[in-house]
This record gives sequence, structure tokens and C-alpha cells, in this order.
Amino acid sequence: MSERGATTRYAERRRRGGARPPWGLVPLAGLALAFLVVPFVALLQRAPWSSLGQRIGDPMVTDALRLSLVSAFAATAISLVVGIPLAWLLARADIPGRSLLRAVVILPMVLPPVVGGAALLFAFGRRGLLGGPVYDGSGFLLPFSIWGVIAANTFVAMPFLVVTVEAGLRSADRRYEDAAATLGAGRWTVFRRVTLPMVAPSVVAGAVLCWARALGEFGATVTFAGNLAGRTQTMPLAVFLALESDRDAAIALSLVLIAVSLAVLVPLRDRWLAA
Amino acid sequence: MLLRADVRLRLGALDLAVEVEVGDGEVVALLGPNGAGKTTVLRAVAGLQPIDEGRITVGDTVLDDPDAGVLVAPADRPVALVFQDYLLFPRRSVVDNVAFGLRARGAGRAEARAAAAGWLDRVGLASLAGARPGTLSGGQAQRVALARALATEPLVLLLDEPLAALDARARVHVRAELRRHLRTFAGARLLVTHDPVDALVLADRLVIVESGRVTQQGTTAEVARRPRSTYVAELVGVNLLTGTASGDHAVRLGSGAELVVADPVPGPEVAVAVRPRAVSIHRHRPEGSARNAWQAHVVDLEADRDRVRVQLGGPLAIVAEVTPQAVAELDLVTGVSVWASVKAVDLAVYER
Repeated sequence: MSERGATTRYAERRRRGGARPPWGLVPLAGLALAFLVVPFVALLQRAPWSSLGQRIGDPMVTDALRLSLVSAFAATAISLVVGIPLAWLLARADIPGRSLLRAVVILPMVLPPVVGGAALLFAFGRRGLLGGPVYDGSGFLLPFSIWGVIAANTFVAMPFLVVTVEAGLRSADRRYEDAAATLGAGRWTVFRRVTLPMVAPSVVAGAVLCWARALGEFGATVTFAGNLAGRTQTMPLAVFLALESDRDAAIALSLVLIAVSLAVLVPLRDRWLAA
Repeated sequence: MLLRADVRLRLGALDLAVEVEVGDGEVVALLGPNGAGKTTVLRAVAGLQPIDEGRITVGDTVLDDPDAGVLVAPADRPVALVFQDYLLFPRRSVVDNVAFGLRARGAGRAEARAAAAGWLDRVGLASLAGARPGTLSGGQAQRVALARALATEPLVLLLDEPLAALDARARVHVRAELRRHLRTFAGARLLVTHDPVDALVLADRLVIVESGRVTQQGTTAEVARRPRSTYVAELVGVNLLTGTASGDHAVRLGSGAELVVADPVPGPEVAVAVRPRAVSIHRHRPEGSARNAWQAHVVDLEADRDRVRVQLGGPLAIVAEVTPQAVAELDLVTGVSVWASVKAVDLAVYER
């Protein structure tokens, strides 16, 4: 009996190969996991389960959710369109002051988002560097609109995409691009048909990070776009506001945000980022 | 000559100045040790590495000429390159890999696939059209890479170490296959290898490159008969001795020893090549027809299939190749004193 058990464990060990962790790592990993999980358990434990359905159906919640999703996806889309070319330039092009440029690109990641929001106001506000002339000419105003939310999200989230894709480009085997060139592919064809497929996992990983960062964006949004219910009030803003007045509503909002994040991230992870 | 490449450039520690010409229908091998700059020559011809000085032309078309300010992009050159580890696009099927060049040159998907299928058929891989490159054997991947390069119908085909990625057993087979495919291609073919057997089997002509310079070129038979550098001598398995003429049929070597040769000595500075098998080993001073005999000692013994290579020291550092029987009969061990001899007719003497 015990011999059989040992045999089974042995077979199991063989099947899993070298995946057995060194003993010292297990308690530390457990500690990390507990630290990440316990707050969510606490959140669930405080959830107003009986009134949850009704609270989630509240127009304030659905508006905030719609705005959050639209602006996060829009920010991700914009980041993909202009961020991948920027990543390519940083990784490949022979440009002067590249390290300075890279630092500038990373700046929104390290800056407090509130500072980013203020900077955006100085640039695109009614009397801003670019916003002033545009407003005088056309009457269009970026802040305090959904466009402002998207702009704030993009500003804060795009660096995550750029940095990830740039790393992917740097580690990609450039000889495949050489091979494509010798087969008659011009630079654009090489980029589109060889480089981009090669860094696809990095693009997806970067887009996921970018989307996640945009979805949770608070500081820059509240500074640049304000907190107007139905217009610029995203989920994080709604949660913050609700925490002051109605704790149960805040928890309900948080649960919705968590559910949506998991629904988007888990399938993507399995599809693209599996080892 | 279809391809004329005068490649001069500096790249890191490499100082390259190599001139190669390849005629229509000719197969030329750049043979040399690793790091000699052979692959860089190919990259220059393909357009992946601009040259500092010199000129590269195919037919009447100038591809790279720094003096004239001409530099044709890789995509616009009538040149195809088969890379050392083939670099098949991993996410594309075999047929789409072969079709890539045609698609890049503007062919429609169906048209390119049909043509690619034809090329796969020619290299005997029609049945693997839908396979992913990751599932292919080394030999199959090599043929797909060849088909992919040939599908663009280049005037010049470059092959970088075409057999280096294969294991020894696959190599023999693939080498013969590659030889056959290379013969059916009409243009100029330039291949790079560090393996003399590959070069001898695949090429009509050898260009030996050492430390960024051509040290010798000629037909494989010429190079094998008259190596001009120790590297080539070792490659083709002959002993290379250098010295000066000391008579119509005598050469004085650097060590002071004198060799009698059958052929007239062609100039003041000469090289003498002798095959290891032509060197005889004796326990006592030999009698008979050998004109060159000297006392030596055994430095090292190394078994090589059915022969034993004996490194001899003394006035001539030379390798003899004898049978295992002879080793036993002569009781050869490291350090033992022997006599060595070689006939005058077995010494090839030529100008350095």
C-alpha cells in the first residue's frame, strides 16, 4: 500500500519534471499570495449580497462601467496605433538622445498621475499650450469630456505598452527580418509580415497591461476630466465617491470592476501568455 | 563572371578585404576557419552589410559601390541567401514560407502558393506543404530554405554553412542532395563553409579565406595538391613545409634539413607538400630507393579509423600515417626514436 503510494508519487514527480520548487520559496510565495488575496476576501466578506443585484443595475453604476470600458479600450487602441511605432523607433532606429527619449516615455509611469493630469491641463486645457489655440479656433475642449478621460487614460497607460513592445523588439531575432529582406520584402512588408508577428506576444502583453492600467486610472482622470456623473465619472472615481457616502455601493462597484477585469484578463492570459 | 564582389570593410575586430568572382553556373566555396569573415562576405553580397570600399556587381548591375554612391537594398537585389540555421518563419506553414518571397514581390496568395508548391515538389517535400517548420527534420528544413530562396528566381544564390546545423548522419545524405539541387540551379552559387568535405563535394572552385584575406584559390584538386597555408594543409590532411631552393632538386627547410625532390624546384621561395601516407617509419636506417631519410622521435599517436596518425618531431615536424599493424610491429610509443623516410617523387614542390 505505502509502496504503491510511493510509486504513484514517483510517477507524478516524473510527469511534472523539474517543476518542484526549492523548499525555501514555498512559504515566501505563500506570504505574497496571501497578501494579494486577503484584501479581496475582506471585500467579499463585506459585500452587501442581498442588495447586490439592485445596486449593480443602478444607472450610476452602469454609466460608470460603460465609460470605464469605452475609455480603457479606446486608450488601448490609441496606444497600439501610435505606441507600437514609437516602440519600434526606440528599439531600432538610429536616433540621437535615445536614452533621454526613453526616459521621457517612461515618465508617466513614475510620475504621480495627479501631476500627469495637471500637465495635461496645461497642455490641452482651455488656456493650455495647444488647447488654447484649438479652443479659440473651433470651440473644442478636451478636458471634462469623455475625450478627456480617454486622453488621461492614454497618457498614463501607453508607456506600459511601449516599454513591453520595445523589450519584445529588442529580444526578437532580427535575422528573420534579414531573411525576409533578402527574399524581396521591403521595409514596410518586413515590419508588417515578420516583425509584428514575431513580437505579437509582447504586443498582447503590453496591451493587457495598458488596458488594465487605463481601467484603474484615477488621478490623471479626476484632475484632467473631472468627476461628472454620466460624463467623466469612471468606475474608480465612482468607487472613491461612494466610499465617502455609501460603503455598500462602493463595494458593489468594486466587485463589478473585479469581475470585468478577470473576464478580460484570464482568457487573454491563457490564449497568449501561456508558457 | 556573373558575380564580382570586391568586399572591403571593417567590422569590430574583423578587417575584411576579399575578392570573389563566380561565373554563371559555377559553384564556389568560401572555405576558412570560423571568424575569418566568410559570412560577412555573403551578407555584403546580399545587401545586409554595406561595404566600406570596393564594389559588388551582378552582371552589369552595380549593387554596392561606395565611391559611386550606389547601395541597392537587399529586397531589390537578384540575390537569395540561405541562412545557416535556415530561419524559416516559425508561424508560417512550409508552403507559405516558400511563397513568402513571391508574395513580397507582389504575387497574389493563390498564385504564390501554387508556385511554392511547385518548388516544394522539386525538392521532394510536396507532402509537407502544410507542416509547421518546427516539426521538420534538419534536412527537411534545409530543403525548405533552399526552395524558399530559389522560388524568387535569383541570379545569385548564397548559402551560409548549409550543412552546419545538421547532425553527422543527416549531413552525408543532405550533402549529396544539396549537390544535386545546386547543379540544377543555373545562376552563380557562392557557399560558405568551414568543412573541407562540404567544400570538396559541393564546389567547383575553392576560395580560402583566413583572417579576412584570401590566402589561396583554385579548383578543389589544385588546392588539395598545393596548399599555401598551414590551415589549408591541415584541412586537406597534408604536411606543409616551407623553405628555399638549395639546388635544382633540393630544398633547404627552415630547420636546416634538406629535402631532395623529383621535380625541378620552381623558384627561390618554395613550399613542399607531402601526404602523411607517403611518410614511412622504420626502426633502423632504411635502405633502398627513398632519397630522404632522417632520424626522428614519436611525439604523439592518434588512431583515425583504420589508420594511425603519428606526429614526428626532430628536424622535420611532420605527420605520418601508418597502419595499426605497423605501430605494433615497430613498437611505436611516444618518445621512441625512429627513422622516417619519404620518396622524392612524393614531395610536391611549388612556389610560395
